[in-house]
Amino acid sequence: MRTTLSPAAKIYLALVFIVLYAPIFYLIFFSFNSGGTMNSFEGFTLEHYAAVFDDNRLLIILINTVIVALLSALFSTIIGTLGAVGIVSLRSKKMRNTLLSLNNILIVSPDVVIGASFLILFTMVGVKLGFASVLISHIAFSIPIVVLMVLPKMLEMNTNLIDAALDLGATRRDVLTRVILPYIKPGIFAGFFMALTYSLDDFAVTFFVTGNGFSTLSVEIYSMARAGISLTVNAISGLVFIVTIAIVIGYYYFMSRSKKTKGA
Amino acid sequence: MKFKSKTALIPYILWIAIFVIAPIGLIAYYSLLDLNGDFTLANYKNFFTSAYLTMTLTSFWYAFLITFFTLLISYPTAYFLTKTKHKQLWLMLIIIPSWINLLLKTYAFIGIFGLHGPVNAMIEVFGFDPTQILFTDFSFIFVAVYIFIPFMIIPIFNALDEMNPSLIYAARDLGASAFTTFRRVIFPLTIEGVKSGIQVTFIPALSLFMITRLIAGNKVITLGTAIEQQFLVAQNWGMGSTIAVFLILIMFASMLFTRTKKKGGRA
Repeated sequence: MRTTLSPAAKIYLALVFIVLYAPIFYLIFFSFNSGGTMNSFEGFTLEHYAAVFDDNRLLIILINTVIVALLSALFSTIIGTLGAVGIVSLRSKKMRNTLLSLNNILIVSPDVVIGASFLILFTMVGVKLGFASVLISHIAFSIPIVVLMVLPKMLEMNTNLIDAALDLGATRRDVLTRVILPYIKPGIFAGFFMALTYSLDDFAVTFFVTGNGFSTLSVEIYSMARAGISLTVNAISGLVFIVTIAIVIGYYYFMSRSKKTKGA
Repeated sequence: MKFKSKTALIPYILWIAIFVIAPIGLIAYYSLLDLNGDFTLANYKNFFTSAYLTMTLTSFWYAFLITFFTLLISYPTAYFLTKTKHKQLWLMLIIIPSWINLLLKTYAFIGIFGLHGPVNAMIEVFGFDPTQILFTDFSFIFVAVYIFIPFMIIPIFNALDEMNPSLIYAARDLGASAFTTFRRVIFPLTIEGVKSGIQVTFIPALSLFMITRLIAGNKVITLGTAIEQQFLVAQNWGMGSTIAVFLILIMFASMLFTRTKKKGGRA
């Protein structure tokens, strides 16, 4: 397929990219607007960024969001990786497929249904709505994506490696920590980053299971946006954009490094 | 494989039991309860009244339109992307916007489509009066399509990328026109990607509620909006669960739809 793109195709691609990025840069552009609107640019200012850092409530929400994202990514990566290791070791194909179908349910489920059903669950069990319920939900809906990221790595691993380690006298713990985990590391990283972005991006589930005292960035932006235009939200988007780019670069750095060590 | 790790499965299976099976069971159970917690079938009876059926149909119609336009824009994009020189880099540039918080992107459109926003400014340049674009069907569908485009492009891109290019050369050598090659070779071979793309667009499109509230200004009611309304505003969990049961059924149907076809393709 080494045919070159026609000019029309190039224009089409350019248009798609412009439309994809325009809203984001539009937000960031007006975050420097000294006028209070997103319509006319009056002058350059950093006051909206200052407003973000002066607002203690907003800062706490930012910290909450990051803590929930990191913790949920960590726990879901642990449970999901163990799950993937376990699924591969199952001998019955039927059992494996059943688990994988169940795994996919939460990926395909609409957020609203996940949120509503978790709300019922937490109320029934008596978990107080707030930090705990949000964290548990984020762990719960991130696990399946971790499994899906780790599983292909597990499946492509040569089982002789495990047999060799066992024959050479490795304990089962050694096999897991010295053979399996190093091999599937790229999958684990990918799962961790996906879990991180799932958590940072989630709005609907958090909206359902969060109580009065606890909020994440998405939920806060929602209530700010319902109240109308506020350039503080624009400043937040500027910050989020930088963080996102940093995460992307970090992700590709990790991935290319783990590829290199594998090649060496 | 001698190495067995049943213990590794314990937390995972517990997770499945508590957060996959139990919630579905609870939704089904609550759909049979009325406001006082007594068993009833009234919610289902309610669901099959014209008001709810109309809402369901409109929701389907919107989801269909959103999926259709998303596919219409994404397929050529994915196709052209596979032909670019640094295709992985370009693909990454498509993915990055999908990682920006959904709420922020939606919020941007409140400004863009606003009465004094850039789109209306452009309309004025051409000599038309500014109109309210926000809170219309158009703005709702536009924003939803915007949100879903990257998720549709990725699976289609992967399917196109995996395709063996010699099949296309063969088709062309055998005298097929560009259109016939596309219709008989390229499209059938990438149908799996299209299907996963449709799956990740259609179901979420049925259950959008944040975009309907912010962009469509409560004018569009989707199944998702109705569930949110019942659970968090009306506090009628029974009715909300009944609508959720319906969404879950659609979801299972779509899971079957994508799975059976996969078997057929790889047999």
